[in-house]
Amino acid sequence: MAALAKDKPIDEAALKKRAAIIRGRVIEMCHAASSAHLGSSLSCIDVLTAAYWHVLKIDPKAPADPLRDRFILSKGHAAMAIYATLAMRGYFPEEELHTYNQDNGRLAEHPPANLLPGVEAATGSLGHGLPIGIGMAVAGRIKNQVYRVYALLSDGENNEGSVWEAAMFASAQKLENLCVIVDYNKWQATARSNETLMLAPLADKWRAFGWDAHEIDGHDVGALAKAMSNIPNGSGKPVALIAHTVKGKGVSFMEDDNNWHYRAPTAEEVVKAKKELGLS
Amino acid sequence: MRNAFADELTKLGNDDPRIVMLSGDIGNKLFDKFKAAHPTRFINCGVAEQNMTGVAAGMAMSGLRPVTYTITPFVTTRCLEQIRTDAAYHEAPVTIVSVGAGLAYAGLGPTHHACEDIAFLRAIPNMVVIAPGDAWEVRAALRAVMKQDKPAYIRMGKKGEPQVHKGIPENFEIGKAITIAEGSDICILSTGNMLPEAVEAGRLLGGGGHAHTARVVSFHTVKPLDEDCLREAFTNFPLVVTCEEHSRIGGLGSAVAEWASDNGHDARRLLRIGTPDKFFKLSGEQEFAREQLGLTGHQIAHTIHARMHHHH
Repeated sequence: MAALAKDKPIDEAALKKRAAIIRGRVIEMCHAASSAHLGSSLSCIDVLTAAYWHVLKIDPKAPADPLRDRFILSKGHAAMAIYATLAMRGYFPEEELHTYNQDNGRLAEHPPANLLPGVEAATGSLGHGLPIGIGMAVAGRIKNQVYRVYALLSDGENNEGSVWEAAMFASAQKLENLCVIVDYNKWQATARSNETLMLAPLADKWRAFGWDAHEIDGHDVGALAKAMSNIPNGSGKPVALIAHTVKGKGVSFMEDDNNWHYRAPTAEEVVKAKKELGLS
Repeated sequence: MRNAFADELTKLGNDDPRIVMLSGDIGNKLFDKFKAAHPTRFINCGVAEQNMTGVAAGMAMSGLRPVTYTITPFVTTRCLEQIRTDAAYHEAPVTIVSVGAGLAYAGLGPTHHACEDIAFLRAIPNMVVIAPGDAWEVRAALRAVMKQDKPAYIRMGKKGEPQVHKGIPENFEIGKAITIAEGSDICILSTGNMLPEAVEAGRLLGGGGHAHTARVVSFHTVKPLDEDCLREAFTNFPLVVTCEEHSRIGGLGSAVAEWASDNGHDARRLLRIGTPDKFFKLSGEQEFAREQLGLTGHQIAHTIHARMHHHH
């Protein structure tokens, strides 16, 4: 367990800087490709940054290492965020980000299966990533391999029944090496989450399903890095981090405005957004 | 078939530590031997088939060879998207095994009937679809899918079906049909638990001084199709008959009709026997349901006979 390096010092300033750079890159990608899901991508970038630059025991040069930690972007519509993250982390060249959503590329609007290094599972249909991740976690137990599995879910994704099937299964199986992070940005595609299907009280729901659930500021990279590193946490249960986030986080005119679920920024808006992010 | 499946899986599991048995809360005592031998590799996933299938895919992506198992509609149509997206799209070697295909659980009503599963599963890329004709073919199919590295669906009846083979067919290969009886006028291609009825139909057609003799083939793999067998059948037989306890929409009959059309064969030579496009709501066991739907050996022989004479 020492190999999991729970106590590595957290370089919060570096993580914040990295998150800003990823946000800028994602905004450029969205503009170039005119694709949807910018708001959803921006809300989870601090989680991805903490995971990939602090928490995960991974080697981008050995993406199939059987002992690696697994991170599944179950909210596959945040593909831009995971692509930028994986590229900057060294899984594939950053130049390839220019091919996002272009003809004949590997970077479609949802992450593909068996095509791009670092993508653990093809997602995009919601409610699939957690069961797959659970299968990976159980496989580790069967094969006596020590690794951890993380699944990042959207709040809208919690509408899917399969999430709750999986939640009950994971707790019955006492999968303490498993961690769910819910990107709780309070919006789904076309409406406020809690006006669509009642998620609240979301942490209590996960707790009632047998998880060790905690609420956390989903933009506090230091807190995220600490909480996500502390897996397993001694509770004997799978861990759910209900990450309170802001859709469109980081850009004032995108924050908590659900139009950015679908719309892409203009060239002028890209400049303005990058300036706000402290990027030139 | 299900007892043969549990027994064969236990044997395979003894030699192959990758095999994991996932049950959708079914098979009380059926897997006791497997559980005793491999306690960490048997998991009751509860009445949660979507999760079970996704879990299986995650296991398969991690180097294991999971088998998902419950009653046919629940392990196929209930979790169809997980089969498609998690298993097939990822080329994850999940083996889906269903019990009670077709009308095997007739008495339980249409919620438990499964006459559409072949149609759904064979439409999915990367899927192999096998409907064994008897318990021996179940064992052979299970062995064969564990030797390959792709998702597969094995569609079983329930238990106590007549045995057609006398042991595990040594020549069993995925995608290679097995000739059960020879004949020269009619070629009956049967898939799944209809095989004993097809054999009976062939016997009746050839008996009693009839002029017609029927070749009977266990066409156990619906995908990939045995194209050599089909080519030979459409070339040498004036009548090719498909026989299945499955809807005529999308099953073996449809697959063969598509193949004939695509390959320049005369689809007018094809007679498709299967279930009609409606739910069977009456109570009663499988034998009754088959009689009502014209699927007994005797009725199949009659239908074939009428077709031969109608055309001549």
